[in-house]
Parts: sequence; structure tokens; C-alpha cells
Amino acid sequence: MNAPIVCRDLVKRYGDKVAVAGINLEIRAGICFGLLGPNGAGKTTTVEMLEGLHRPTSGSIELFGLRYGSSDEQRIREKIGVQLQETQLADKLTVSEVIRLFRSFYDRGHSVPDLLRMVQLEPERDQRFHTLSGGQKQRVALATALAGAPELLFLDEPTTGLDPRARQVLWKVVEEFRDAGGTVVLTTHYMDEAAILCDEIAVMDSGRLIAQGSPRALIDSLGQVQFVEFEVAEAQAGFSAATLQGLPHIQKVDERRNRLRLTIARDLSALSAVLDVLAQLSVVPRGLTTHQATLDDVFLSLTGKELSDD
Amino acid sequence: MTEQYSPLLELIKSRLREFYREPAIVFWVFGFPLLMAMGLGAAFRSKPPATPKIALIVQKDGAVSQENARLAELLLHSPRLTIQQLAQAEAKQKLARSQIDLIVSLDQHGATYIFDPKKETSPQARLLVDQEVQSAAGRKDVVKTRDQSVTEPGSRYIDFLIPGLIGMNLMGSSMWGVGYNLVVARKRKLLRRYAVTPMRRAHFLLSYFLSRSLFLSLELTLLVSFGVLVFGTAISGSLLAFVCAALLGAAAFAGISLIIGGRLDNTETANGWMNFVQLPMYVLSGTFFPYQHFPQWMHPAIEALPLTALNNALRAVYNEGAGLTAILPHALVLLAWGAVGFIVAVRTFRWQ
Repeated sequence: MNAPIVCRDLVKRYGDKVAVAGINLEIRAGICFGLLGPNGAGKTTTVEMLEGLHRPTSGSIELFGLRYGSSDEQRIREKIGVQLQETQLADKLTVSEVIRLFRSFYDRGHSVPDLLRMVQLEPERDQRFHTLSGGQKQRVALATALAGAPELLFLDEPTTGLDPRARQVLWKVVEEFRDAGGTVVLTTHYMDEAAILCDEIAVMDSGRLIAQGSPRALIDSLGQVQFVEFEVAEAQAGFSAATLQGLPHIQKVDERRNRLRLTIARDLSALSAVLDVLAQLSVVPRGLTTHQATLDDVFLSLTGKELSDD
Repeated sequence: MTEQYSPLLELIKSRLREFYREPAIVFWVFGFPLLMAMGLGAAFRSKPPATPKIALIVQKDGAVSQENARLAELLLHSPRLTIQQLAQAEAKQKLARSQIDLIVSLDQHGATYIFDPKKETSPQARLLVDQEVQSAAGRKDVVKTRDQSVTEPGSRYIDFLIPGLIGMNLMGSSMWGVGYNLVVARKRKLLRRYAVTPMRRAHFLLSYFLSRSLFLSLELTLLVSFGVLVFGTAISGSLLAFVCAALLGAAAFAGISLIIGGRLDNTETANGWMNFVQLPMYVLSGTFFPYQHFPQWMHPAIEALPLTALNNALRAVYNEGAGLTAILPHALVLLAWGAVGFIVAVRTFRWQ
């Protein structure tokens, strides 16, 4: 069976600006694949090329072995479901009318009552779209994406701006879809979302993929490390980040605004040794936190940027 | 998975629902032209001719002659005159204020008519009174005459207005309903959402065409029957020609609006273009008054405008009993506009 997505040397240029600078991807069936990166990294452009909304400047895209721009295109469309960023569906239609409309575009698919059940919108079925909350609107959008019982589901920042409860409801629907054998391509700039949903992640920055793998593997790629973060009072003017560089146990020092971040070995003795060092230097660390490595740290170490920086 | 869904039907249903669930749009499409017809119809309704108002003065220097007393009595009771007897000073004042049209002064020399010959109704008043005075004195009509009135529908202002209002309404609803609607859908990124589904482009365009046709027939029925019921106007020519003219008009404006709606994703800009295209035609195309009032050299340009062609075609059918062949030149103008619009739109249309 052909892989849901194979793309080679994918490039998209808008005039002089290079939005996507040569991407190779192969996405297996039955996984949730996360495309991560800050705004402007080229995630949406990449995904919209995969959805057939933009033609690549160069490179090839095959979905299930089929190509856009040929007689295959209609067959691709029957197999994929898409949730775009910020689509406002028809305000004056009710939830079930919107879903029914999208269902009618597909030769086969779920029934409207089934779709309503899947996204937990049965009580709101007769409500007009514009009266719904943000989370409910996103679930309607998800239902329209699921209407044709797709094999491949594209979700572009599906939970941006949603409250935690609404995000969880959405995650559950996505997990159920994946568990039933569907393939998901998800873009997000939320690390927790990627960590929870994704089996595989590709990190994107400035139009390129800079790392790829399972969340665990990406985190482990940082080595057995943990992080200590704190602020230093301005009174200690004599102290600088450089003082800490090269001290025992401290592998790396990053300075962001007035917050320091030390990378140290992932064990307790290393932590207490570092605290001792700080005491010897008379550094009073304010708001000190320690944490195990996360995808945020992966991203930071790869790009020098925090993922959630907008 | 047993239920079958027809995409074309669902698209049409969606378009209808979006329309009738928006009361403001329903008003502008259906209510506004009716109010316009009512307002203008009332303002320009055919009034009965004004009856001249006449004052009678009987001079009292010495005794009033028996003859004058009899004449005064006769004039005051004439069913054909609106006349009252006044004192000289008062009558003069009323004449100066234009409250009366004529003073008849009776004295020993006979009758004197005092009036302003430049005032519209005064000479008529003079004729009326003189007729009474002379026949009271025994003048006989020597030629037998008869009156025949011509007030049948077809020649009144409302007969001119109703087809014009229909034309204007077709322009507005076709342009806003197609072009502007597409801009809104594109702005809301709804078009690109459709573009990633297997939806057939033909179904989408057809849904616009069919729902517009449905609204069109409603608009036509409403305005035509309003004209019939309230003002007694009627289509004197071929109904088929009328429907054809309306359809071609709607298609022409839909085509023009497709050019505007083909690329824009900004409703403010679209709004500006819509008005830029429509407003000159409101004035020039003879909706409220004949475009022949404009200088002769402008006529060829005005006649090339789609609303002029549509108004001319509708009026010809409505008031002059025209059939299909008679409206052919206008139909060709409309067809050209529609074709240009659709061809340009097909080349420039963007789903996102």
C-alpha cells in the first residue's frame, strides 16, 4: 500500500521570499504526524501544498501514490479531510446543516448523526454556527473534515485560542480517528499538544526541517540532561553569565532576557553541586525552577528560539 | 452510510437559507423596491386637474341691476364653478396671494375679469366663467361636441416607473447576490475550504445560478403583481419576452459582479466597486426619468449600459406590447455584458 504522504524536495517561493526551502517527508499510515515550528516557519505553506491548495515551486507530492493536478486529484480529495486555519463556516446555517453540506460533497462517508456524535455536538445540532463558542466551532470544522470518512486528516493549528477543556475534547476526537487506523497531519505551536497527540514529529524552522523523530527520541537527543532556570537580581552587577561557563557540572548556559538557563546532567548530585556553586559565587537565584527536558527544550536547542514565541 | 446527499441540492439549500435568515438582505431585495414603488407612485400619482377658484364682486355704486343680481345668483350656483362672493378689498388681497385665480366684477357695464394671464389656471378660469356668463345671456353652442377621455394604463408615470424599478432591482440583487457574496465567502476562507473537498466547481457555480433564478422569479412576481394590484399596471407585451429580458439582465449583472467578486477578499473594496459600477446607472439609465433628458451626444454611451438596455427592454414589453424580436437589440447588449463578465471571471477567479 502506498504511504499516505511522500514528498520530495518540496520548495515554495513567493517572489524572492522562500517559504519552504526543500522538504522531504514520508508519513506512514496510522500515525499522528506533527509539524512543529514557530509562526512563519513555513508549516502552513507546507501543509497547504500537501492539501493541494498551492502548487509547489518545485518538488513532488504524492498522496497514496496519487498526484495533484492530474485526473487523480478528485480521488485524493475523496480520501482526505481538511481543517484549515481560521475558516469561518456559514454563520446562518445550523451545525447539522453545515455538516450535511460538507458530507454531500463526498461519495461515501459518515452519516450526519454519526458525525455529530463523534465531535460531541448533538445537543447543539440545531444551533446556528455563529452562536457557537470557539471550541464548538472548531469541532464543527473537525466534523466537516471527517465527513467523507477520510484516510488522511489535516489539522492546521486546530486548538489555537481554545481553552484547556475545549482542547481536550478535540484531542480525544483526533486520538479516536488515529486509533481507528486514520493518519493525521497536525501543525501546532503547542508543545503539550504535540507531546500528547503525535507519534512522530518534524521540527521546522525558516522553511526547513531541522529534526524529525518520535517525541521521546527528540527529547533524548538532547542527552541525559535537565534544566535549571533562575533570575539574578540586578544588585549583583558584578556577576555575569560568563562566570558560570565552564564550571563543573554545568554543560551549557543560555541567557534569555534576564533569565539564565543551565543545562546540567540528569541526576540529583549534579543539581546539588550546581546549587553549591551558585552559593559559593553568592548568586541569589530568584524564581528557580528545574525541569526535565521537553519538546520546548528540543526546539530551543535546535533553533535558539522558543516555540511559543509569536 | 445509507443516506444519500445531493451536493447541488445541499448547496442550493445553503444559499437559500443564508438568504432568508438575513432579514436585512430580504428587506433590500424585496421590501425596498416595493416601498420605492409605493412612495414614488404616491408622489407622482395622476391628480385630478385643479379647479380654478373664483371670487365674485358685485359693484354696489347705486342699485344693483336686476340683471346683475340674476347673473350673480346663477354663477354662485353653477355646478361647474368654484366661486364665492367677496368684498372688493378681500378679493384683491386673495388674488395677490394666489389664493384665487380670477375675480369677476359685475357692474353696470357688464362683467370684468381680473386675473394674471401668466398664472397657469387663470385663463382657464376666465374661459369657464365667460362660458357661464355668455350662455346665461342666451348664447347657444353652434357645433355639437363630445369628450373622449384617454386615461388607460400605459401612459402614466407609474407605468414608466415599475419596469425601471424592476430593472434596478435586478441589477442590485444580482450584483450583491453573486459578486459580493463571493467576496464575503472568500474573505471568510470558505471558498478555499470548499476547494479542498471533492465538491465539483460546476455544482458550486450552478448553485449560484439556480438560487439566483429562484430569487429572480420571486422578485419579478412580487413587483409585477404589486404593480397590478396597487397601480393597475400590466404587462402588455409577451410574457416570454419579459422573462427573457429579466433573465438576460440578471445574467449580465451577475457576470459583471463576477469580475469584481473573482479575486477580491476585502469587503470594503468590493463595496466600493459595487457602488462605483451601480450608482452611475441609477442616474443615467432611465430608471426614474427618461434618459432622453440627457444631451443627445451622451445617448449612445448610455444605451450601451446594461441597465439602460434592461430598462428599455422591460418597458418595451411592459408598456408598448413588444415581443421577443422587438427587444432583440437590447437583449444583445445584455448578452454581451454577461458574456464578457463570465469570460473575464473564468480567467481571473481565485478560490483563495
